[in-house]
Amino acid sequence: MNVLMFGWEFAPMFSGGLGVVCKSLTNELLRQNVGVTFVIPKKLTDLKSNARILSAEEIVGKLKKIEINSILSPYISEHGYSEEYETIRDKLSRSLYGEDLYQEVSRYTLAAQKIAKKEQFDLIHAHDWMTFQAGIAAKKISKKPLIVHIHNTVFDRGGNNPNHHEYLIEKRGFTEADKIIAVSNYTKNIVETKYGINPNKIEVVHNAVEMDEEIPIENKIFPKQKMVLFLGRVTMQKGPDYFAKAAKKVLEVYPNVKFIVAGSGDMQGKMIQYTAEEGISEHVLFTGALNRKDAHRAFKMADLYVMPSISEPFGVTPLEAAIHGTPSIISKNAGVKEVLPSALQTDFWDVTEMANKIIGALKYPALYETMQENMHTDLAKISWEKSANECQMIYKNVLGEL
Amino acid sequence: MNSICFYFQVHQPFRMNKYTVFDIGQHKEYFDEQKNKEIVKKVAEKCYLPANKIILDLIKQTKGTFRIAFSISGVCLEQFELYCPQVIESFKELAKTGCVEFLNETYYHSLASLYSKEEFLDQIQIHKEKIKKIFGKEPKVFRNTELIYNNTIAKQIDSLNFLGILAEGADHVLEGKSPNFIYKPASAKKVKLLLKNYKLSDDIAFRFSNKDWTEYPLTPEKFISWIQACEGTTINLFMDYETFGEHQWNDTGIFTFLKEMSLAAIKAGIIFKTPTELSEEKQEKPLVDLDIPHTISWADMERDTSAWMGNKMQKAALETIYDLEKEVKEKGDAVLLSEWRKLQTSDHFYYMCTKYFSDGDVHKYFNPYDSPYDSFLAFMNIINDFKIKLETTKKNNVQTVFQKIKTTIS
Repeated sequence: MNVLMFGWEFAPMFSGGLGVVCKSLTNELLRQNVGVTFVIPKKLTDLKSNARILSAEEIVGKLKKIEINSILSPYISEHGYSEEYETIRDKLSRSLYGEDLYQEVSRYTLAAQKIAKKEQFDLIHAHDWMTFQAGIAAKKISKKPLIVHIHNTVFDRGGNNPNHHEYLIEKRGFTEADKIIAVSNYTKNIVETKYGINPNKIEVVHNAVEMDEEIPIENKIFPKQKMVLFLGRVTMQKGPDYFAKAAKKVLEVYPNVKFIVAGSGDMQGKMIQYTAEEGISEHVLFTGALNRKDAHRAFKMADLYVMPSISEPFGVTPLEAAIHGTPSIISKNAGVKEVLPSALQTDFWDVTEMANKIIGALKYPALYETMQENMHTDLAKISWEKSANECQMIYKNVLGEL
Repeated sequence: MNSICFYFQVHQPFRMNKYTVFDIGQHKEYFDEQKNKEIVKKVAEKCYLPANKIILDLIKQTKGTFRIAFSISGVCLEQFELYCPQVIESFKELAKTGCVEFLNETYYHSLASLYSKEEFLDQIQIHKEKIKKIFGKEPKVFRNTELIYNNTIAKQIDSLNFLGILAEGADHVLEGKSPNFIYKPASAKKVKLLLKNYKLSDDIAFRFSNKDWTEYPLTPEKFISWIQACEGTTINLFMDYETFGEHQWNDTGIFTFLKEMSLAAIKAGIIFKTPTELSEEKQEKPLVDLDIPHTISWADMERDTSAWMGNKMQKAALETIYDLEKEVKEKGDAVLLSEWRKLQTSDHFYYMCTKYFSDGDVHKYFNPYDSPYDSFLAFMNIINDFKIKLETTKKNNVQTVFQKIKTTIS
């Protein structure tokens, strides 16, 4: 079986979780003897994969107006653009994306048409809205079935004010697809209720997590204090402000805790200001963005990981924390809770409950240890092997082989 | 096969309030009165009242041939008194027929049998008095919380001169023997051991309305034919009373089944006996001893205590509460004692169970909390508040004593 796969990112060249997911899924499918041709927007080198990788750039040619090294990524809101730009402009020698995201998407779609005419494949698998038009175009040309895989909807990105253009592309993708893969039941429910899609058309395949390097046992930075970690983009969607408010509440009754905010983003300034105003600066530390290795070290050193996201289709970080033996408190609006029932859950807006659970986990060893024990059971049940297998079942189903 | 012994368990815990760390020291109310009232009233409407009516009619219609036993926990009786006294009245009606037996259990439906002999005996005594006061008759047969049973418990019950004790007919203790005979605990002198026939009991309690079950639908005739095919002297059908109308809803036909099956049994010559009647029966042959050193219960697939003591949270919570026994009893404060005991009810620990994937469903269904962690947190925060209350009560008492001395001197 040969799959033509449309994706936007491919680890290690990535800006977010999608690249990691695409790499892990692709490599596992190859291991299971499924052929994968993976299409990305730009030519990338140093990709550690046996998949055949094509880039829109090679096929269609360079975009005309690339004047600056753009940092535009599909998951950063326009509002966050300038600050994000300031923080990472210097770090990137070269951009992964064109100056204008929609222009980049158009080029990608054009490339998809050319590829669909030339390549041999049995079905099409497209990840997220940026590649949905490419998927639809390829389906029209090849008459092969289309599976769209949704990792992140416009409602997860834009809250109450979703981008209408992207909404329409997503909806069209869901409508034109033969089958939809959602990364969680949480996301399946959004696709069903917000896009009016028949739930029978949607299958759930949860993400898994890979342990990519051995992390040595770290010494605690604050050996006599508990450490509670936030790790992710410091943007509205990830709920860092709720984390800071919960920290304030915890510190009122339990001062011997350090809160670490790891990551960067447009809310960082506001957050630093808040902690200063509340007089908790000494207890809430900001590390800025961490590279992957340091992120793993942070998970290892933390006593507790908190993911207070407003909406998280999946949210792999609690699984990464779990790999390092660190239990989590996660937002109820997160798909990962479906595979990590050992984690504590809270509404992201309920900072009192969040603080209650942070204290509870730190104060009662029996709770902490039960979470750790159950966490291992949860981890044992997920793997990319299993997820890729589930994708294969869906492929076979769509091709009428089952 | 010549008899059926029905025993139905009636129990409702005092469910706890949500209690955060920020409530510790505020002495907020521990129990969720609103929710408890709602649930007791709802279950009374759906189960206790209609089922009692059917049983009363059956007794009258069969002129007392139909007989049955209940065990009603003390905390449940308290809630009936508080929220729907008509349920007490309807049980009294049943008691008056002389065909209904009430069993003895721990008043607080607790796990005291596994943690404190003194507290275990206290709670049996309090329950005995309550039953005698309401129904006018002293109970003679004992059933422990969730049919928790081992040699030690049997010995204690034997020394209290009970005629019988109930237990689960778990495969791993019967080792091929039938649950349909009366046994004697190896550790006891006189008390008889009555074992639940879990297969036939669960056919009614769990499988009755399951359309995927190969035997669905379960008709009275089919059930009676299964009973008739059994060897032994008694089929002990033990289950939660809430099976009727609450776990199995009225529209499944469960009430009709109870009625028609009972009538069909009598018609087929099967006699209904209560646990006391079974225990008092003259035996032709000496009873077989059952040696049960490891604790069994009627819960979950494991039939052990893992539903309440399976993880570290449950063990920590139980140890914390029983560690307070000495101090609470020394205080002699009735309110504190009652609160401490209501917190011993087994349900609180059941809610903390994390056996998600095997029996998890059942635990989830009955759990008023979002997760086992939430119930552990509420429980531990309450205990910590309680400890503060306990300490301050001491100071108050000491102060009162000083005050008295002062007054006397002046």
